[in-house]
Amino acid sequence: MRASLFITCYNDTLFPETGRAVVTLLERLSVEVEFRPGQTCCGQMHANTGFRGEAFSQARRLVRMYQDAEAVVIPSSSCVAMIRDQYPGLFEELGNEELRMQFAAMLPRVYELSEFLVDKLGVEDVGAYFPHKVTYHASCHGLRGLHLGDRPMRLLAKVRGLELAPLPNLDRCCGFGGTFSVKNGDVSSAMLAVKLEDVLGTRAEFCTALDNSCLMHLGGAMHRQFAPMKTIHMAQILASTQSQPAEVLA
Amino acid sequence: MSAVVEHSLTDRPVLDPALAPPFPVAALPVLRNPQLRKNVAHAIDVIQAKRAHLVAEKTDWQELRAAASAIKDEALAHLDAYLTQFEGRCTTAGGVVHWAADAAEARRIILEILREEKADEVIKIKTMTSAEIQLNPYLEAAGVRTYETDLAEIILQLGEDEPSHIVVPALHVNRSQVREIFARKMGLPDLSDEPKLLTAAARNYLRQKFLSVPTAISGANFLIAETGAVVIVESEGNGRMCLTLPRTMITLAGIEKVLPRFQDLEVMLQLLARSATGERMSPYTSLWTGVTPGDGPQKFHVVLLDNGRSSILASKKERQTLRCIRCAACMNACPVYRQTGGHAYGSVYPGPIGAILTPQLEHLRHAQSLPFASSLCGACYEVCPVKINIPEILIDLRAQVTDQERKTVGKFFDPMYVGLRAANVIFSRAWMFHAAQRMGRMGLKLFTRKDGWIHSLPSVGGKWTQTRDLRGLPKETFHQWWKDRGQSSKGAREHGSEAR
Repeated sequence: MRASLFITCYNDTLFPETGRAVVTLLERLSVEVEFRPGQTCCGQMHANTGFRGEAFSQARRLVRMYQDAEAVVIPSSSCVAMIRDQYPGLFEELGNEELRMQFAAMLPRVYELSEFLVDKLGVEDVGAYFPHKVTYHASCHGLRGLHLGDRPMRLLAKVRGLELAPLPNLDRCCGFGGTFSVKNGDVSSAMLAVKLEDVLGTRAEFCTALDNSCLMHLGGAMHRQFAPMKTIHMAQILASTQSQPAEVLA
Repeated sequence: MSAVVEHSLTDRPVLDPALAPPFPVAALPVLRNPQLRKNVAHAIDVIQAKRAHLVAEKTDWQELRAAASAIKDEALAHLDAYLTQFEGRCTTAGGVVHWAADAAEARRIILEILREEKADEVIKIKTMTSAEIQLNPYLEAAGVRTYETDLAEIILQLGEDEPSHIVVPALHVNRSQVREIFARKMGLPDLSDEPKLLTAAARNYLRQKFLSVPTAISGANFLIAETGAVVIVESEGNGRMCLTLPRTMITLAGIEKVLPRFQDLEVMLQLLARSATGERMSPYTSLWTGVTPGDGPQKFHVVLLDNGRSSILASKKERQTLRCIRCAACMNACPVYRQTGGHAYGSVYPGPIGAILTPQLEHLRHAQSLPFASSLCGACYEVCPVKINIPEILIDLRAQVTDQERKTVGKFFDPMYVGLRAANVIFSRAWMFHAAQRMGRMGLKLFTRKDGWIHSLPSVGGKWTQTRDLRGLPKETFHQWWKDRGQSSKGAREHGSEAR
């Protein structure tokens, strides 16, 4: 099995440790990982801000880059949701027949990380060890966009030493929403405060998710408030073993 | 551009999209009012819990949603034919059908009917459509007193307030505030805030109006093309009173309210009651067809309102907006509405549906901030009983607003617009992306503290750092790490960094 990692623009820039964890994890599961250095962004930021033409050119670039990949693995639900939910409309409107065909052929081979593990590889126990109390935040795009269901929970349940603290109001948005967080900064902050109350109420050591965007939002507020909790992408928990513990930032 | 109106906590909310401040500004008074936010969150949580319980007991909920959206799509695809059919059947049954292209025409028609009836007072069944056309102030200015009969609407009318929700218009008002309004306006200084006594006070107030005012105005939940019937669902029975006692009834209905067949109600009523109030069936479902001698109003008018709806109908993508049956499930599920309440939307239609409906009704001349008033979390789409893909329409409207704005000089130099244009160039070539990462790291270093975090940023970034820190950029990006690891596979070499 050979998987091409689309790291996403913000993970590449802000959260390289998540990418390193995906590589460690997949290689441990005997997947050959490749990385195409020409990759940049899926176009989500432009699409959701109304820059449709720009979103289209980035979408086209991504399809051309990965059309021959055996599998594309993306450690970000919202970028996968962008590809699944928004590319068809963009290509319908601005693309040609050839591009639509290339996309249709590629789409079934695009996986969010937990989908790739559970559906494609058929594993739930990835041999991880993470002896901490953890709460799981279901990102909106993972929950309602990709319908990830209980896949993330099944993966976490098999991690040795991990104590899962259930998060109340799991389906409620953290208020990030990309440029929404600055365009409507005050509303976004109010939503974040409500979410944070639930998250911190779990008294977990870590809050995990399959999207670093939500975690950047939650983690930014935790740091501001000196909260006794850290955020960590689930890839880093799943990559963690007794001999090679997860990279956790201070 | 919409004028920004000075807006303080004590002001009457502005629900006119042409005058209301942009959403981020209009939201501030509520965000700074913890009592109001508590009222809103509590009320929503109660409805949400009831809804979740009753939706869960329907094993065919998804099939019902699919059926409802198919029924509405069929009605919209042949809207002209179904409206004409409705007009014919309603006329045959003794009703008079009027067509209003816009709000001004609808108001004029209604006033003319009232003048003909020599009516200087009118009782009203709750209708959001009448608020859309700002009917009450118009009638009052023309010398016609309007009396709302829905309990929530009475609270708002007496309290000189505006609706913040389309099903529960006084959602933002709590019990002690209701007591205060009733005590002051009904002359009952000793009134307690016990719900039973408050309801009794409203009943006494209303009973006099029911017995003395011979003209009524209603909205419509549905119009039935097949029979010419009008359908109203309500909880209190005040609507039923308005349909029984007055001599004359005037119904104001948006053209999208028409259903092809009587039987379609089977699907719609199941969905509406559960989605709107968390009930298996609404306590009062009233249907009337034209005029019945000796029973109910003997004169009956229907005003069919377009007011921007046919232009929504003309757009293939946005047409689904008109499926809406005004159940408000989307606003109850919305995490943004939960924080801001309804007034921030500057329109009688708040929440996610308002964020897509209002700008469209305004032909995007006003309310351009509304499509951005969402984190795109998708909760609205998930609960919508007629499957309106609200996030998809929000994104489409954002594109329309952006296309409009980016041509203007002011927005050309807006930091967000400059940033997004630059990002597009950067993302078109990997080497430019990597150069931008290096420059960004150097630039942000100036703001990064010893602990590795950024606590304060200028410009747009300041909206982030007002409540959140940002981790400083790590020394090494992922792709640098990969390169250093020296494991670039064959696939990587095939797709050099200049791949397009």
